Amino acid sequence: MINYIIRRLLYVLPVLVGVNILTFVLFFVVNTPDDMARMQLGDKYVSQAAVDNWKQQRGYDLPLLWNEQAEGFQRLEKTIFFKKSVGLFMFDLGISDNGRDIVADISQRMWPSLAIAIPSLIIGVLVNITFALLLIFYRRSYLEFAGLFSCIALMSISGLFYIIAGQYFIGKLLALTPISGYAPGIDAFKFIVLPVMIGVIGGLGSGVRWYRSLFLEEASKDYVRTAKAKGLSELQVLFKHVLKNAMIPILTGVVVILPLLFMGSLITESFFGIPGLGSYTIDAIASQDFAIVRSMVFLGSFLYIIGLLLTDISYTLVDPRVRLN
Amino acid sequence: MRSLLKLSPLMVVLLLAIGCEGALNNPYVQGDNTQKVIYSSFSERPKHLDPAKSYSSNEYAIIGQVYESLFQYHYLKKPYQLEPLLASQMPTLAYFNANGERLADDVDASKIAFTDYLITIKSGVKFQPHPSFKLARHDILPSDWDERSIYDLPVATRLLTADDFIYQIKRLADPASQSPIAGLMANHIVGFSEFSAQQSALLREQPELSKVQRLQNRPISGINKLNEQQFSIRIKGKYPQFINWLAMPFFAPMPWEADAFYANPRLIKKNITLDWFPVGTGAFYLQENDPNRRMVLVKNPHFHPDYYPSEADSKLCEHGLLDDAGKRLPLSDKVIFSLEKETIPYWNKFLQGYYDGSGISSDSFDQAVSFTSAGEFGLTDNMLQRKIGLQTAVTTSSYYLGFNMLDKVVGGSSERSRKLRQAISIAVDYEEYISIFLNGRGVAAQSIIPPGIFGHQRHEAGLNPVVYEWDTTPVRRSLDEAKDLLTQAGYPNGVDAQGGKPLVLYFDTMDSGPDSKARLNWLRKQFNKINIQLVVRGTDYNRFQEKMRQGHAQMFMWGWNADYPDPENFLFLLYGKNAKAVHGGENAANYQNAEFDVLFEQMSSMDNTQQREAIIHQMVSIARQDAPWLWGFHPKAFSLHHHWYKNVNPNLMANNKTKYINIDAKQRAQYQQQWNKPVFWPLFMIALLVLVMLIPAYRIYQRLEQAKAYD
Repeated sequence: MINYIIRRLLYVLPVLVGVNILTFVLFFVVNTPDDMARMQLGDKYVSQAAVDNWKQQRGYDLPLLWNEQAEGFQRLEKTIFFKKSVGLFMFDLGISDNGRDIVADISQRMWPSLAIAIPSLIIGVLVNITFALLLIFYRRSYLEFAGLFSCIALMSISGLFYIIAGQYFIGKLLALTPISGYAPGIDAFKFIVLPVMIGVIGGLGSGVRWYRSLFLEEASKDYVRTAKAKGLSELQVLFKHVLKNAMIPILTGVVVILPLLFMGSLITESFFGIPGLGSYTIDAIASQDFAIVRSMVFLGSFLYIIGLLLTDISYTLVDPRVRLN
Repeated sequence: MRSLLKLSPLMVVLLLAIGCEGALNNPYVQGDNTQKVIYSSFSERPKHLDPAKSYSSNEYAIIGQVYESLFQYHYLKKPYQLEPLLASQMPTLAYFNANGERLADDVDASKIAFTDYLITIKSGVKFQPHPSFKLARHDILPSDWDERSIYDLPVATRLLTADDFIYQIKRLADPASQSPIAGLMANHIVGFSEFSAQQSALLREQPELSKVQRLQNRPISGINKLNEQQFSIRIKGKYPQFINWLAMPFFAPMPWEADAFYANPRLIKKNITLDWFPVGTGAFYLQENDPNRRMVLVKNPHFHPDYYPSEADSKLCEHGLLDDAGKRLPLSDKVIFSLEKETIPYWNKFLQGYYDGSGISSDSFDQAVSFTSAGEFGLTDNMLQRKIGLQTAVTTSSYYLGFNMLDKVVGGSSERSRKLRQAISIAVDYEEYISIFLNGRGVAAQSIIPPGIFGHQRHEAGLNPVVYEWDTTPVRRSLDEAKDLLTQAGYPNGVDAQGGKPLVLYFDTMDSGPDSKARLNWLRKQFNKINIQLVVRGTDYNRFQEKMRQGHAQMFMWGWNADYPDPENFLFLLYGKNAKAVHGGENAANYQNAEFDVLFEQMSSMDNTQQREAIIHQMVSIARQDAPWLWGFHPKAFSLHHHWYKNVNPNLMANNKTKYINIDAKQRAQYQQQWNKPVFWPLFMIALLVLVMLIPAYRIYQRLEQAKAYD
């Protein structure tokens, strides 16, 4: 397995180089360094001298990919691409074009995102699995029909509606939780109750249907009939045997997103005033902050690959038949 | 009960919280709710809090309370009036010719080569408590400091001196600061551009020098320190508007210790910089700055004696705005700005009493404001029941539709193009625009100068005769008149008489999305009224700006927000030497009229006299005839506030308004309690419903468990 992991980690390098080149090209097709400078300097009284000064101070006064003026390797080295990319591969994300340390920003903003994302994921998965197994348990009864109908109804409603309606009923009419806001430490609790609850309910419809389809496939297999024949109760069969055997597809969906949880959710954080990372990349794109865009895309790609690797490793833990080699 | 609680984790929390005091939905961590705390919000994180860089209203809402300038706008007087703030008196002006000889005070402006502003500052003014005054001379921060707040470090203060003002002017000139007004000030302050060039060279040649060393080792030739309390600024020619710049945060004093302190790499690594943690003499200091969550201003214990004004316009006296006259400022202890990106939660929290004031978004406009059959607006019953107050003020801003005067069809000074522009000016009905898209929150502009600015004329005298007729109120000229003008321009019925082709005009915009689609459709219809086809060319921000810089757009929408309340700050938008495509200035329409330019140069160096007013009216008249803009509208700001939030006055120029605000915190606490009583019965009903549902589920469960394989 060690060899497999090393091999997979070596694959990371060309993928990240490719992602970095793609990000660079896409960004600079739309924005020029002059555009970036003008965006940062504001609308009033911006002179070309100020633009040139901004570019020079941030290293955007170099050619993009190839420096005709330089000699030898410096033709590649003295370019915006090279200067802005090398640090990334050493996980030095550097300073944003707005002058802030990107690592400090991420490490400050990731915790509120995690405070929402982790409980939403754990509670969401548990609730979805439980309801899905209960639907299997009650299959071919009117409870299954009612459950599936509810799932379709929940899926049909926009996620934004859950947020607005939740804030209105729970926060405003019932006055049980703050409508929005955040506080660090233990005080965060009262602020995350509502977004977590809405996150779980909002994902219930699709989640339950997805897990139900997994469990239905398992429930029709021979070992289930054998278990029943041996006298196990329906609940024992479902929660012990079916659930365990359906773990691989569950892990595929869950483990891969674990490393990305800290990236946060744009809409939830925006409506609930959570100071997380949800809007970090979008805001950076809007303000043409290339330093943040490249860092977040790089980090996102890297973590996604790590997530896939963790998923592969987790298969070996839940299914002894799987060997990584 | 156990199964019930399992069903709803929320309920567990809520049941536990029943015994707690205070409203459950209070978004503030409970403290002393009778403390005079102002609860406000911000919708996006400020870009800069460094007074050398900061230049937008959301940034001024913070730094205006922390930094103080030499002068401020009187809070309760209109027209806007400057008065000393950190200066002990208004500046003494001395005029000189090119040979350095002193000139008489009433000398003609054309003979003045330099003006000296002699400034005397108040004595005994101290900076806020800050660690820079204790640690600036040492590179090492205490090792036991947990890096959470700089105010956990030992703090100190010191007296304000003239050096602090001079240091800040050097910071404005420093290329490393990237001040937005550096280019502008280089045109005015003597020695500014030379100092800037020196600093560029030093940055290049001696990068090892610290910022403080760089700035302190070189003088600006036009700035002279006379003693600890006095200094002078020499500017080129006569520029009466310079004093307005001195009232802006750009010229707030900056202690050199701040730059030295924040140069510590350990602080930079934690994003603790002068751009985020200001050091000023203002009524408040920024104790907490998490621009993704909240910013907290706390009363500055060293704030110099400053008192609530005892004079006001008579209208304001009636509104109780002199109730706190003579009281020591600030009247509140703390301000908490919370990040509120979305308007719906913001509005709901205002109605719950968790924000003291609120603007009115279009989502909530109907809930807040109602119109009578006569078209007058007022608050809805719901707002009145809550004793919410409404304030309105026409802003010192202009939003206009500009013609590119370099364009062959709509631009130029020919009679043909002028009449075409005039016809369009009549056809585009801005009253309708304000009614449809702004809920009536705006005033159709009669000229470039908004209300409240010297030179603005009201009623019939201020009418734009090109577009309106007077009939007790301005009445837009008929479409027939517009069509006549179009015919005279050579486009009868919207067809080019020479080529026989329909007239097609192009509108460049960066607007996109469903809201702007409605606006653009409306605009097409306006042009269609006189049979002109309008083609909308949508583009992104960068390309739009590029088109504007290169003068490639034909028509465009643009806006301007006053820097200071002087007509020069609007009329310069039409000054030929400011043409954007030619000189890179702020004249986006690239309008050039020799007569207008001469009058502008004359007017801009004059004091506010009748003669100046007459020139302004002449300039306005020229511009109206040439119609380089559809004058558009001046937005009207609507703001709501709870009755415990006192001394609210819509002074659009003052940046330091928070120090005048008084809060009746006890009343607020009572209303918050009253409006936010938790309601639990629906939860119990839901729990009951779940229990009822469990019964058939249990029966089916039993049946399934007892079922036999052969059944």
